[in-house]
Amino acid sequence: MSGMDYYEQLEQDIRFTDGLSACMSCGICTSVCPAAEFSDYEPRKLMIRIQKRNHEELERLLKSDLIWKCGQCMSCKTRCPRGNTPGMVIQALRKVSQETGLFVHSEKGRQQLTVKRAIGDNLLTFGYCVHPDKLLPESHPEQGPVWEWIYENRKDVYERLGANIYREGEGALRDIDSESMEELKSIFRVTGGELLMQKIEYHSTE
Amino acid sequence: MEQTNRTGTWRTYQENIADDHYYYVRSCIRQTFFPGSEAALLNILRNELGKDVMDDPRHTSCSGIGYHSDIVPLPTIMTVVARQFALMTETGYRNFLVSCVTSFGIYNEILHLWEHHPETLEKTRDFLWKATKREFTIPENVVHTSDIVHKFRKEIFSRSKYSLVHQSDKMPLRIAEHVGCHYAKIFPDKGVGGAEFPRVLTDMIECWGGEVVDYPERRHCCGFGFRQYIIRENRGYPLANTRKKMESLAPYQPDMIVANCPGCSMFMDKWQYTIGEMEGRTFGPEGRGIPVLTYEELAGLVLGYDPWDLGLQMHQVDAEPLLMKMGYDYSPSRKYLSAEGKYLGKPMVPDYCCL
Repeated sequence: MSGMDYYEQLEQDIRFTDGLSACMSCGICTSVCPAAEFSDYEPRKLMIRIQKRNHEELERLLKSDLIWKCGQCMSCKTRCPRGNTPGMVIQALRKVSQETGLFVHSEKGRQQLTVKRAIGDNLLTFGYCVHPDKLLPESHPEQGPVWEWIYENRKDVYERLGANIYREGEGALRDIDSESMEELKSIFRVTGGELLMQKIEYHSTE
Repeated sequence: MEQTNRTGTWRTYQENIADDHYYYVRSCIRQTFFPGSEAALLNILRNELGKDVMDDPRHTSCSGIGYHSDIVPLPTIMTVVARQFALMTETGYRNFLVSCVTSFGIYNEILHLWEHHPETLEKTRDFLWKATKREFTIPENVVHTSDIVHKFRKEIFSRSKYSLVHQSDKMPLRIAEHVGCHYAKIFPDKGVGGAEFPRVLTDMIECWGGEVVDYPERRHCCGFGFRQYIIRENRGYPLANTRKKMESLAPYQPDMIVANCPGCSMFMDKWQYTIGEMEGRTFGPEGRGIPVLTYEELAGLVLGYDPWDLGLQMHQVDAEPLLMKMGYDYSPSRKYLSAEGKYLGKPMVPDYCCL
């Protein structure tokens, strides 16, 4: 075993201990899983691999594409007869993968840099995970020509619908005041949110 | 005996929904893709139903999309949520009204974790104080905006100008509903009807004159998948899942689809365009798509609101055939106008499906 015990790290996350208590491998999670239908991700097999508590096996998992294929719909939580939630176990795996830097060993893991630079930067810039200014039509061809029209006319379109875009105050899409944005950034600094984003940048560009 | 058991099961999932005085938190996706739905909801609550709704300029995103795409740690989102509760506390409200299904799951998850792991609640209080010097109380009532519309569906219908019926033969419009996964799959007891028998949209549709279309993949995810959509290379995942739903519901020839999640509404609208471009295939009659409405838009139509005030011009699948079926009195020429009446041009017409 090299260095840290990954299983112990996982056990420090309450989503892991709440999400995996006594899997009997019935496979209901896999049968309802949208990711299992369209990829090689199978929550049942994932739970088996984790329960082996094998350090090398866990390292392979943390370095793999597999843990990044869950879509977080949490359909597995509803259905598990034992009250397990593979979707929450996945959250813990992804956390350890990012904190240890192992996520850069897989193609899907390396995508976290794009997620951080899109959603993370939106959060700390606008106070929203999504903002129309950042939904460029060339990056979102699937949104179609109506979105292109909205994007090009966004100030007029949003104002027409009662939104308060590019202004402070009440209403949809309003600019969040600087004091509130400072509080949000302070929360990220104090709670480790900023550090996680720095780790994603560091390991991705190292 | 069977009936008694069913009634008992249904009673398990009767959600406690406050009557009035809501502290409102908005949705990143809804305000971006359906700002008219937000305006309609607030207008219905405040002006049609006379309810008190606080829209606090200081609240932020719950950060839920970041959390489920794994760039926001659990202690961070707990503290972001705690700040929203602190703002609610400071303004004297106790009922927390959530307009996003992802957020609704987040708030319920965090309240659950605080209850079952009280040390995380204490840690969150410490973090919030260090970061903002704020304190909070836990809301007495946390509900989704679709719960409120469900609760007041009869009052809304008492003010209706239209029913969900075909103008031509007075037969009910056939409506396929989709309930967002995080509304009740994570915490079934927090949603009207739970995960097994969700009634939140069904009751609205039936109350307003429509007929609910049952279809095999009714409870399947729309496929958003958070990182599976955010990353362009992964978008086969959401596309495949929406395609699966559309294939399942299309044979029942619904007049429209209604969802209670802004993300689901947007994806089921936009992916129809994408499938049209990729496969030359449409799911509605005469080479058209099937319109996808939010429940706020549906309520707004029942109340006779101008469809262009509701924002139906922001949909990729054109809703005008639906308006014509309803015999709706509206002005097609106002579709692409600004608030001042300036013509904004109009979107390109795709080869397949949507306009």
